[in-house]
Amino acid sequence: MSSARDDILARVRAANATQRAEPGAVPRTYLRHAPGIDPADRAAVLALFAERLVEYGATVHRVRSADVAAVLAAALPEGSAVVPGGFPAPWLAEWTGAVIADTPPLPAGRLDTVDAVVTTCAAAIADSGTLVLDGGPGQGRRAATLLPDLHLCVVQADQVVSSIPEAIGALNPRRPLTWISGPSATADIEMIRVQGVHGPRRLTVVLVEG
Amino acid sequence: MSRTFVGWPAFPQAAAVATRDAQLRANVARATGTIRAKRAKLVAERPDWEELRDSAAALKDDVLTHLDTYLLQVEEKVTAAGGTVHWARDAAEANRIVTDLVRATGEREIVKVKSMLTEEIGLDNALAAAGIDARETDLAAAIVQLGDDLPSHVVVPALHRNRAEIRDIFVREMGRHGRPAPEGLSDDPPQLAEAARLHMREKFLKAKVAVSGANFLVAETGTAVVVESEGNGRMCLTLADTLITLVGLEKVVPTWRDLEVFLQLLARNATGERMAPYTTTWTGTTPGDGPQTFHLVLVDNGRTRALADEVGRQALRCIRCGACMNICPVYERTGGQSYGSVYPGPIGAILNPLLKGLDDPQTASLPYASSLCGACNDVCPVRIRFTDVLLELRHQVAEGDAKVKHPGEKAALRAVGAVMEHPAAWNAAIRAAGKAGPLIPKKKLPKPLSGWTDSRIVPGIPKESFRAWWERTDGGTE
Ligand code: SF4
Repeated sequence: MSSARDDILARVRAANATQRAEPGAVPRTYLRHAPGIDPADRAAVLALFAERLVEYGATVHRVRSADVAAVLAAALPEGSAVVPGGFPAPWLAEWTGAVIADTPPLPAGRLDTVDAVVTTCAAAIADSGTLVLDGGPGQGRRAATLLPDLHLCVVQADQVVSSIPEAIGALNPRRPLTWISGPSATADIEMIRVQGVHGPRRLTVVLVEG
Repeated sequence: MSRTFVGWPAFPQAAAVATRDAQLRANVARATGTIRAKRAKLVAERPDWEELRDSAAALKDDVLTHLDTYLLQVEEKVTAAGGTVHWARDAAEANRIVTDLVRATGEREIVKVKSMLTEEIGLDNALAAAGIDARETDLAAAIVQLGDDLPSHVVVPALHRNRAEIRDIFVREMGRHGRPAPEGLSDDPPQLAEAARLHMREKFLKAKVAVSGANFLVAETGTAVVVESEGNGRMCLTLADTLITLVGLEKVVPTWRDLEVFLQLLARNATGERMAPYTTTWTGTTPGDGPQTFHLVLVDNGRTRALADEVGRQALRCIRCGACMNICPVYERTGGQSYGSVYPGPIGAILNPLLKGLDDPQTASLPYASSLCGACNDVCPVRIRFTDVLLELRHQVAEGDAKVKHPGEKAALRAVGAVMEHPAAWNAAIRAAGKAGPLIPKKKLPKPLSGWTDSRIVPGIPKESFRAWWERTDGGTE
């Protein structure tokens, strides 16, 4: 008896054997950069990124690096926050809440009781207002950025590219990636947008410029 | 055991019932009108929209032409990354594979991310028969499941329900399946979403096994992609120990870079957003992060049948954005369930017959569930030419060797096909029907079309095309 694999492949080949037209080359004439802005104009790229995030309902702080600690202290709740390995400690110097390390990995039930999670990111995309996390230093494993109700992400200005095509080549698909474009949301009830269903209900982005 | 579309009446009969339901029509019209407006605004933002569509269509055609190579590539990459790949010829085989995998874990309750494929194959019922309770976690899918209802849209399965109906379902059903709805729950959408959050959180935290679909599967890398809004997808894809992902053969895209095309098209066209809130991509397993056991089930279930149809195979380009449903005047009047399938609207009208064949009155009726206005052609991100496929399928029903078992049905269908191919006869039929607007509630087309027009929406063709009428009146609402 032949396997399902062999049968399916044989069916695919049989179906394709009868086709006359061979498709042409794939055109790639779409824009490489975000429409409407000059990708070399860094100020415009960063402004677009912030604008898109705010439209999604995220909170955005644009800060100088010297002010990150003060801004985090004000933006984080008083309670507790998961802090992944590799997150720069000086950024939390002024915050007085409880730092929770995820080493060894916390059970999901414990993560669920933490108020916030702070992370860095692997890349950010202005056009779609997107943060991409790849589990690298300062980003933690995926469960840690999912269960706490507030996700605060620190983005360095030079990580922000204008468009998805600019971002995708630099990402490593072998790593588990989470692309975050605003807080959790649904429009399943009468198409009315409700912010915050299962993922973090609040997203705060701290954009560090200079 | 929940309801299924098995034994569903042919489109004319189902639509006749649906179009009499004023509440249903109001719910569907409100929802599709809202999505249409949001989509139009976001699409207008892209000066390269047509170029993105060109690329997407060409990429999917390349996938279909070289599908055997790409599937083998997927298998190799996923296996190398620590996953296990299974192949399923049909629904029964896919359900058996998943049931055996879940059984082996000993778990009795599992969580699911919304997946049209698992709806298509009836996985929840197959698992239930084996004593496994598969809980839907997407808000809309949960509304459908808790209400023992059937989906009516590929993106918003409970689009036909309004807030009051949803509240009643939550109050009545949540307690039977876990944490009850909060006391005094109102029908305010944020309160309803909060009730779902609390009900589901308990399930996510204890679930050991999750089942998902995938929007895309990258051949080059073996990477699976799930696009979602609520975070229930992330919960399932991240918190479970074992992840079982079912993917239709046609979900493959050739390279990682190709995602830049589809990710820019999908959310804009589906919900009028630049990106959906969450996109998760993963390749096999990753030590210390997420499920440590990953099974990928590649499902045919009629896809190779569709692939063999020279005209119809383009339906396999579909990325399930739902835009053809939202724009369709027939869908707006009849709602999604009239199509008798988890794939309703224009894509359902072509995909179901292509997947299942035409030797059944229900599927054979679907190519006629269209006025051929062509609005779907214009919104489809992968440029499916619906009107070409609809006409081809009508031809196959009327002239081909397809055996439509119900003889009366076949006569009516053949007659519709004949009328459609002869504009004079069509116009005469329209005139006979009178200028009653888009619906013909009382007057009937002359025999043998009368069975059909009991419910069929007939465009007011005489002076302007149905399409022009549809646009001028904003979908017939003016
Ligand atoms: S057929 Fe086209 S428009 Fe319809 S759901 Fe599929 S991709 Fe979207």
